[in-house]
Amino acid sequence: MAAVAAGSRGRAALRLLRRRLIQAVPLMLGVVVINFCLIQLAPGSFLDLMTAENQVSDPATIELLRKTYGLDDPVWLQLVKYIWALMQFDFGFSYRQNMPVIQAISVHLPATLLLMVSSITLALAVGVAAGVVASVKVRTVWDSLVSIAAMFFFAAPSFWLGIMLIVLFSVKLGWLPVGGMATIGGVGGGVAGVLDILHHLILPTLALGLFYAAIYARVMRSSMLEVAQLDFVRTARAKGLSRNRVTVSHVLRNALLPVVTILGVQMGTVLAGSVVIESVFSWPGIGSLLFDSVSSRNYPVVLGIMVLGSLVVIAANIAVDLVYMWLDPRIEIR
Amino acid sequence: MTLPLEVTDLSTTLFTRRGEMKAVDGLSLAVDAGETVALVGESGCGKSLSALSIMRLLPDPPARIVGGAVALNGRDLVTLPEEVMLAIRGKEIGMIFQDPMSSLNPVTTVEKQIAEVLMAHGELGRGQARARVHELLELVGMPDAARRLDAYPHQLSGGMCQRVMIAMAIACSPSVLIADEPTTALDVTVQAQVLALLKRLQADAGMAMIFITHDLGVVAETADRVVVMYAGRKVEEASVDALFETPLHPYTVGLIGATPVPGAARADRLADIPGMVPPLNALPQGCAFAPRCARVMERCRHERPALTRPAPDRLVACFAVEQG
Repeated sequence: MAAVAAGSRGRAALRLLRRRLIQAVPLMLGVVVINFCLIQLAPGSFLDLMTAENQVSDPATIELLRKTYGLDDPVWLQLVKYIWALMQFDFGFSYRQNMPVIQAISVHLPATLLLMVSSITLALAVGVAAGVVASVKVRTVWDSLVSIAAMFFFAAPSFWLGIMLIVLFSVKLGWLPVGGMATIGGVGGGVAGVLDILHHLILPTLALGLFYAAIYARVMRSSMLEVAQLDFVRTARAKGLSRNRVTVSHVLRNALLPVVTILGVQMGTVLAGSVVIESVFSWPGIGSLLFDSVSSRNYPVVLGIMVLGSLVVIAANIAVDLVYMWLDPRIEIR
Repeated sequence: MTLPLEVTDLSTTLFTRRGEMKAVDGLSLAVDAGETVALVGESGCGKSLSALSIMRLLPDPPARIVGGAVALNGRDLVTLPEEVMLAIRGKEIGMIFQDPMSSLNPVTTVEKQIAEVLMAHGELGRGQARARVHELLELVGMPDAARRLDAYPHQLSGGMCQRVMIAMAIACSPSVLIADEPTTALDVTVQAQVLALLKRLQADAGMAMIFITHDLGVVAETADRVVVMYAGRKVEEASVDALFETPLHPYTVGLIGATPVPGAARADRLADIPGMVPPLNALPQGCAFAPRCARVMERCRHERPALTRPAPDRLVACFAVEQG
């Protein structure tokens, strides 16, 4: 029987997955078109910068370059060609790194994904725990402490928080590295290498994650208090379960639902936030690549990052939907 | 011999910003094994708070039991520490609530929710629980019981949810069952089935039952004795036959008059009781029912009538009845 029920929920999850993937196609098309057009609106092109930097003034050479990069086509044709190329997973060529765009991005993407995952994990763990403590100890000193801390981390700009963390933990205390992803010169591979990366990961994770932890703590607190008022909690108490037992096995899971909802909505902002944090901590993610590419008008890379970033956000949202479905059996996908 | 449940002078007060409110004021009632006592009255008269006081499930703050005793098989629950109460709730007293749909956890299966009672009281381990839950579901007449084990509450009808609640309440064979408006949220046909089920289970196990309702039709069908409450106090107690034959307290008379009788001529309009239950923080000085009472006398406005015994096995608190 359990297998039958699990099977039907598994099928429902597959249906959800298929639906979301189909929905992702027009979404991605929209992302590409809008970003392509926005970039066309910006003044200058990478050709100007390229020729200026290399002091090329020969019109024939410029014309040749224009042809090479397909800039002599009308804009709409460039867009069509770009979309056509994308469908074959060709993101274009980055003159600056002198390699295909996809390659330039894939060098930097893992660092960003690592930072995103660690920040979200931290935000969920700290936020949920703090929210539960605040709700269980409601209107006590603990509740106030959580509220004050949440207010602080919600209000503090992440770049400022990052700098303060560096000042405290790196400069004053000397416990943690100032920036980067690995010790310069290297510490060797294997376990030592992984630990070295984790060591470098702590501060950027705090700087990015605590903002979200603050939000989750507030949402979790109010959600816990709200669920604790519901009828089924009284039923659980009438069964003879202790307060803690009721909190853990009845209130918590129901109270998590709003947190999961906002988690899905915020995936995009976590990615955007990591761009800022990366520049504070010289984290070698796509944030620094994006910044460099925008200032050098390296539009193929900018577009590529937008497209891949959207893919990451869409994938994360699908994952969140699946988690939501697992948490709440009432969600049926029509 | 000690009765399964004997409540004496139970008083529960709500301590709020707007002052103290006596939600339950000196309530006494006794229930014998196999007996059903109905607790009747309008919304806000303290029925549910009385039940929650007995279970010690009141939210504190604002509510606190300020006096009286609740003897369950001779042991006073009011003074017991919370850890001991945990072992009693669900084991020696079961409780069923009004809205079965919202009284079940929406994200947990039926099996887990029932098994939880069994395991909390050490009746069974995880492995044996499933078989016992299946048995319980069949006992409460759940259609297609085996298939419902893994169902979630939203996949069941209101009547089926209430059967799950009942299975939970009787899982550990409690000696006392409190049913707080168990049929109010259900369709009429389902109501009848649930009432019949409760009566059958009670007769089989010899449980003492407190049945809270505002529906006098349900009272006539289920109860042996009736306690009528108004503004936190007991105003009348009688056997169910005596109560319907000769209601004494003007409030009881009003309640019965306000109950529609099938087949009665259309011209006989239902007699409503004018006014509303007074808010607990603004109770009148004398009898709480005086402002709405048809037989009110000057004395009622200053003095509160005590319970008197106009006949053996009958109690009423009314000056007008005393005078005859």
